[in-house]
Amino acid sequence: MIDHFPLWPPGASTMAPSVDALFIFLTLLSVVMTVGIFAVIIVFLAKYRRRKGVDATPIHGSVVLELGWSIIPLMVFMLIFAWGAVIFFQERTPPRSSAEVYVVAKQWMWKIEHSEGQRELNELHVPVGRDVRLIMTSQDVIHSFYIPAFRIKQDVLPGRYTMEWFRATKPGTYHLFCAEYCGTMHSGMIGDVVVMTQPDYEAWMAGKTGGTMASSGSDLFQSLGCVTCHRADAQGRGPSLVGIYGKPVLLEDGRTVVADDNYVRESIMSPAAKVVNGYKPIMPVFQGLVTDEQLNSLVAYVKSLSQPPAGTQSAAADTKSSPKE
Amino acid sequence: MATAAVSAERETYLNKEYGIRSWLLTTDHKRIALLYLASITLFFFIGGFFALLIRLELLTPAGDLVLADTYNKLFTMHGQIMVFFFLIPSIPAVLGNFLVPMMIGAKDLALPRINLLSWYLYIAGGALMLYAMVEGGVDTGWTFYTPFSTAFSNTHVVEAGLAIFIAGFSSILTGLNFVVTIHRMRAPGMTWSRLPLFIWAHYATSIIQLLGTPVLAITLVLVVLERTLHLGIFDPNLGGDPLLFQHLFWFYSHPAVYIMILPAMGVVSEVLACFSRKRIFGYAAVAMSSIGIAVIGFIVWAHHMFVAGISLYAALVFSILSYLVAVPSAIKVFNWTATLYKGSISFATPMLYALGFIGLFTIGGLTGLFLAALGIDVHVTDTYFVIAHFHYIMVGGAVMGYMAGLHFWWPKITGRMYPEWWGRLAALIVFVGFNLTFFPQFILGYMGMPRRYWEYPPEFQILNVMSTAGSTILAVGYLLPMVYFMWSLRYGKVVGDNPWGAAGLEWKTSSPPPTFNFDETPEVTWEAYNYDQIPVPEEAWLE
Amino acid sequence: MSNSAVETDSHAAHGPELLHHFVTAEQQRNTASLAMWLFLATEVMFFGGMFCAYLIYRYWYYNEFAAGSRSLNIWLGTVNTVVLIGSSLTVALGVRAAQMGKRKLLVVLLLLTLLLGLVFLGVKGVEWHDKYVEHHIPGASFSVADLVREYPQLHIDQSHAQIFFSLYFAMTGMHALHMVIGVGLFIYLTIKAWKGTYGPQYYTPVELGGLYWHFVDIIWIYLFPLLYLIDRKPLK
Repeated sequence: MIDHFPLWPPGASTMAPSVDALFIFLTLLSVVMTVGIFAVIIVFLAKYRRRKGVDATPIHGSVVLELGWSIIPLMVFMLIFAWGAVIFFQERTPPRSSAEVYVVAKQWMWKIEHSEGQRELNELHVPVGRDVRLIMTSQDVIHSFYIPAFRIKQDVLPGRYTMEWFRATKPGTYHLFCAEYCGTMHSGMIGDVVVMTQPDYEAWMAGKTGGTMASSGSDLFQSLGCVTCHRADAQGRGPSLVGIYGKPVLLEDGRTVVADDNYVRESIMSPAAKVVNGYKPIMPVFQGLVTDEQLNSLVAYVKSLSQPPAGTQSAAADTKSSPKE
Repeated sequence: MATAAVSAERETYLNKEYGIRSWLLTTDHKRIALLYLASITLFFFIGGFFALLIRLELLTPAGDLVLADTYNKLFTMHGQIMVFFFLIPSIPAVLGNFLVPMMIGAKDLALPRINLLSWYLYIAGGALMLYAMVEGGVDTGWTFYTPFSTAFSNTHVVEAGLAIFIAGFSSILTGLNFVVTIHRMRAPGMTWSRLPLFIWAHYATSIIQLLGTPVLAITLVLVVLERTLHLGIFDPNLGGDPLLFQHLFWFYSHPAVYIMILPAMGVVSEVLACFSRKRIFGYAAVAMSSIGIAVIGFIVWAHHMFVAGISLYAALVFSILSYLVAVPSAIKVFNWTATLYKGSISFATPMLYALGFIGLFTIGGLTGLFLAALGIDVHVTDTYFVIAHFHYIMVGGAVMGYMAGLHFWWPKITGRMYPEWWGRLAALIVFVGFNLTFFPQFILGYMGMPRRYWEYPPEFQILNVMSTAGSTILAVGYLLPMVYFMWSLRYGKVVGDNPWGAAGLEWKTSSPPPTFNFDETPEVTWEAYNYDQIPVPEEAWLE
Repeated sequence: MSNSAVETDSHAAHGPELLHHFVTAEQQRNTASLAMWLFLATEVMFFGGMFCAYLIYRYWYYNEFAAGSRSLNIWLGTVNTVVLIGSSLTVALGVRAAQMGKRKLLVVLLLLTLLLGLVFLGVKGVEWHDKYVEHHIPGASFSVADLVREYPQLHIDQSHAQIFFSLYFAMTGMHALHMVIGVGLFIYLTIKAWKGTYGPQYYTPVELGGLYWHFVDIIWIYLFPLLYLIDRKPLK
């Protein structure tokens, strides 16, 4: 009977045990506090039931007790805060060499593209034991990419990228849910995360057709004319993009920003927002001229210009900036 | 309105004048309280009906009772009606309106005509909301997130937004009235430190209503403008920022939850003191904790946005502040518990509800600690865990506080006692039904079931069935008081000034009170909760 | 309250304006005053949301906000500022006239305040009409092609500029709505003043009306620099 009455989600990522540990601690703490308070109340209710001839004893209060039951809970709360913050910090700091997967959300489906080029719809295949970073955007309203088994969730916004990362630990198929109400078929915007062993994953990868996202991006870079200004020899009217990803950039208004995913995206969609020092704001606006998927390929291409040849791609520190900062 | 059967000579606020005009044009705070009682009860049952439909749909994993769009409208309107047209007004507009002047020894609120205006604004907003419902409803979720609400939804967002905007002014004016009243209308000798804790709670609530609600008002105005004129303030396609909407929305809507709970905490203090026959332990701490909750409650709003796209550092700040706001609530629970020590305790219906409040609010509050922990929140936000948490506080807490207050002051308001055993039975049914409805939802949430889901994977079904079963029991528990309160108006036992032997100025005048509350303005020379000076009355319901 | 318990007051002891739930006229005055100040606090929060949005977007879209600012008529804005400050003067003098029992002077000052308020609204109407002609009103026919031409170095993004104008119209529109309510209020006060309702014994409505008017004035005093003045420093 117990196995048919599941009370606990599967845990299939490196974060799951940490999140579960804090949850169990909080549950135990809550049980202790609840049982404790209930017990004290019940004892008092019984012991001090109204009896003829026995009056209540007027008691004003006790400063010691007040301080005690303010300071001790506060200290416990600070402990819980710190513990939760540490987990959160880990969740928000993808490892440097994560595989990258681009997600485009739209009402009511998840369009997924691996940087190696495979496309999926409402499914995400990943190998076990590999760090995976999701770079996500929405075509319409706010959605949220939620994998309960990995204990991760991140809202997916239109007009910018948001990220989350995980490392899966157990092969299997796990739920993918949209967790931000997005209209009629919000509850239908679900899918599967399929964690495969390394050999199975490679077999699955081999079945793909077409080039990597970076190579599609490279093709677009040519066909959209980007290459005419952004020359690798830095002789063009635009800055060279080789090696810029993940590094600080000095802007013409004196600010310095890190060239993260949102920076690259914004530079394509709204170039005047951040103009590199020493260059004129003459880059045309590509908002409305490229789809989110094409944008993702271009971003992947620019990022590929910063990685060591072959092997893993590098990831910039998880962006803190919005397109407007 | 049914009349209380009082002796033909004595004039009360109920029999002073008859006729519909005397009610619709009244400036008597007590009559206005009853006008509110009738209207919020109507909205409670409409919102509750939507909840039942939601729970019925969720009996099965498939979406087989209503269409997806209909379901989305049901949960949206359940939330909007319950929050804006039931919970926010409930205790302040019914019990607060009736009791605040009486508890401080005044003849009326400071601004009686503004009080009537408040009610009419509430009715106007409510009418517009009903219109929006009848015309097809709204499906944005009660949180109106953009750009869905401004650029994608095909429902009556503008009407619903304006309805809430109008009702918001009702709330602002009630808050304004209470603050001014408590400052300026206290009877001689009623110093701040002699005020009942119910007054402190309403003072803190009113500060929030005054300062928070206008921000919601302007946010809704901007949403309506954006939707009708296709502006881009919150729409990324037009250069706007959807997170700006969320910040502005939650800046009000988080303090709003304290508007909903603080008055209930005030009721609990009054009821607990009376049925333990002693003053609340740590009066100053409880009074100050209400103010503390109101103040700190204004700086924690982004804990609703931990995964919305805010920065890591913002998340850390709001998490730590959210733990800070939990401290004053904990203080109250401990002080209430300590009040029972060496008391003389009886178990009338109000006391049962108050005790139920303490238990359920404790559980709801503890689960708030889970949500404030960043690492946990990432997993459980936007799931049934959050739904369970806030229903424990708002239903297990606020609604039970409201029921406690209604039962406690019913004899004062009507001059009649409700049937005590039915009251106790209903309280028990509510407690059982509530826990069965909402406890499984904690488990559902951690398992990963997202909120606002019309259909769900089959492994979530058993817990959903339990929850729906509980909701039918809960419904019975709420219908019973409707019936017996109405019954009591004609057949309930007639009571005197102070059937409970309670402390407080409202009990020193007749039940029901005369129009100007007191035959002579009281002069206060005693501390609050002077139960050592008040004998226990010999009444059957105090056993 | 240090009064001893007071039974039902005889009407001889106070004027007709004392409402029966108050004990003394002073209590009534203090109550009304506190109520108005609290109401103004809510108005601060109400406008505050828009100011907040404006400041955030100005930080993000500085160029478009600078261009939008420059497209506003600084002379008309200045005239309006002087008009409003003048009307606050007349209303303050009006309260004083009421305190001194000078009925005719009070009526004149209230009328002047009212008229200056109407002048403000008229000038605002002219400004909005200009915006209409320039296609700067957000909506279907919105276009900042003129600003793009005028400030090529700013690389104006049309949608960002529309946010400036959306907030401009929302803020000045909400302000104008409050002015209209103020004008209505002052029409009422003027009529009552002319009938002799206000004097040294009772001038609370004039005082409260004055407070409201000052508040609307102060909002404009924040709006004017934020919308018209601060983005006018020389462009690069």
